[in-house]
Amino acid sequence: MAGAQPAAKVGLTGAPPDSSHRTAPHVTIRGLTKRFSDATIYDNFDFDIPRGKLMSVFGPNGCGKSTLINMIAGLVPVDAGEILFDGQPLSSIKFGYVFQNYREAMFPWLRAFDNIAYPLKVMGVPKVARSARVEKIVASLNVKIDLNLYPYQMSGGQQQLVSIMRALIVEPEILFLDEPFSALDYEMTLFMREQLQRIFVETATTTVLVSHDLEEAVYLSDRILLLSRHPARAVEFVHYDAPRPRTLNTMSESDFINIKAHCLDVFQRESPERLRRR
Amino acid sequence: MKRFEALLPFVGVAVLLIVWSLTAWARLVDPVLLPSPVATFRAMWVGMTSGKLGVDFLKTVERTIYSTAIAAVIAIPLGILLGSSEKVYRSVEFLIDFFRSTPASAMFPLFLVLFGVGDRTKISVAAFGAALVILFNVAYGVMNARKTRILAARVMGASRLRVLWDVMLLESLPQTFVGLRNGVSLALVIVVVAEMFIGSTDGLGQRVFEAQQLFDMPDMYAAIFAAGALGYGLNLLFLTIERRFVHWSGK
Repeated sequence: MAGAQPAAKVGLTGAPPDSSHRTAPHVTIRGLTKRFSDATIYDNFDFDIPRGKLMSVFGPNGCGKSTLINMIAGLVPVDAGEILFDGQPLSSIKFGYVFQNYREAMFPWLRAFDNIAYPLKVMGVPKVARSARVEKIVASLNVKIDLNLYPYQMSGGQQQLVSIMRALIVEPEILFLDEPFSALDYEMTLFMREQLQRIFVETATTTVLVSHDLEEAVYLSDRILLLSRHPARAVEFVHYDAPRPRTLNTMSESDFINIKAHCLDVFQRESPERLRRR
Repeated sequence: MKRFEALLPFVGVAVLLIVWSLTAWARLVDPVLLPSPVATFRAMWVGMTSGKLGVDFLKTVERTIYSTAIAAVIAIPLGILLGSSEKVYRSVEFLIDFFRSTPASAMFPLFLVLFGVGDRTKISVAAFGAALVILFNVAYGVMNARKTRILAARVMGASRLRVLWDVMLLESLPQTFVGLRNGVSLALVIVVVAEMFIGSTDGLGQRVFEAQQLFDMPDMYAAIFAAGALGYGLNLLFLTIERRFVHWSGK
């Protein structure tokens, strides 16, 4: 297994095929290399994304957190390397992607309902079946928004929730979220964390979250990937196994505080000079 | 206070009418050159209801609508095509900008040779001018489609053609309407000029010109106001259609 991946303790040999499928990494990244004109962001980067976990990517500004999930989701081309999902390329899997800028990611000419149904339309699902599936996801997530509204008639949190439902409607094998709550105010952010946690508990979809908020990253995650400055290395893959549902009280438990402090420590060690000198 | 604010748009009109009435009443300007508002609006009423003005008005409406429609039918699909590839647009950008900057009235002699004296020349010159304005706006609307929205459609597995149809086309609609509004205004200008000078027997331009030749000033002012009302009305019409169908514009 990859050297930079302390979590990959799973022995593939000897395990029955069924359980090995369940515990084997979901996504394998090998030899990933990405250069922008002025910097090498990833140089021969190896990493495994565990199955059915909520994983956060955290690291110094400009270390390539978003670039990482954008390369995995095929939004940004890689210079070299291979990213496989259960051994399959991206084109043969279903995935969901939630953008930071919901305002620009929603289609303002479609009502919220049709925004959510749009990925199914692309897949060629007939209209009646599309509506049924939207109704189903709305019911299962217990969403109380008037979906006949247009996105611009909704609050930021509602729009982002619609955007998350749009990503989930295809029943993705993996869900990517790029700083999904950073454009929301604090109250709405707290609310949306609960929504995301609930969705994760219900669907157990492998989830990769890019966050610039350490509290949020630890609170929501089973695993936190701490990246170094570019060229990014996986400095540590922190486990946080507090039971769900986590509540605001979780954040005052010693386990949470210790893990957050540890992550902050690593972060400061890996951050540019100006932060460390303080 | 609220009620007063609703009346604000009429203040300018009222002031103009008062100043105009006083000027005419005090004979500050030769009454032959500046008839009173009453005489002007009477001429307009009579002309629109029973005289030639109504016929000319409709003729100009017809020509403007035809030329805008022809321009839109040609320019919108072409604009989408050019705008969907920035490289293609950049390679023809100079031509579009050059002809967009060429006064369409300079094309009259050429179009006269091509189409002869008649409606076809007026309509085609106006369509030529309007088409370039619409084309430019549509192409820019498509090119400036939000990158995130295109990416969003792409990660959902939409093909290039579907992205063009479902995203870029709709993204370009607000800008397309800007083009249509500018296009119809330009078409009206060109049609009225053409009606004045190119052997016309009808249309608002011809009406203004003829009234001036006969020194019938109330009729001339009436025709000018009719042309103004037409221009304003067409702009309003497109704005109303835009608000109805492009409800997300500016949001």
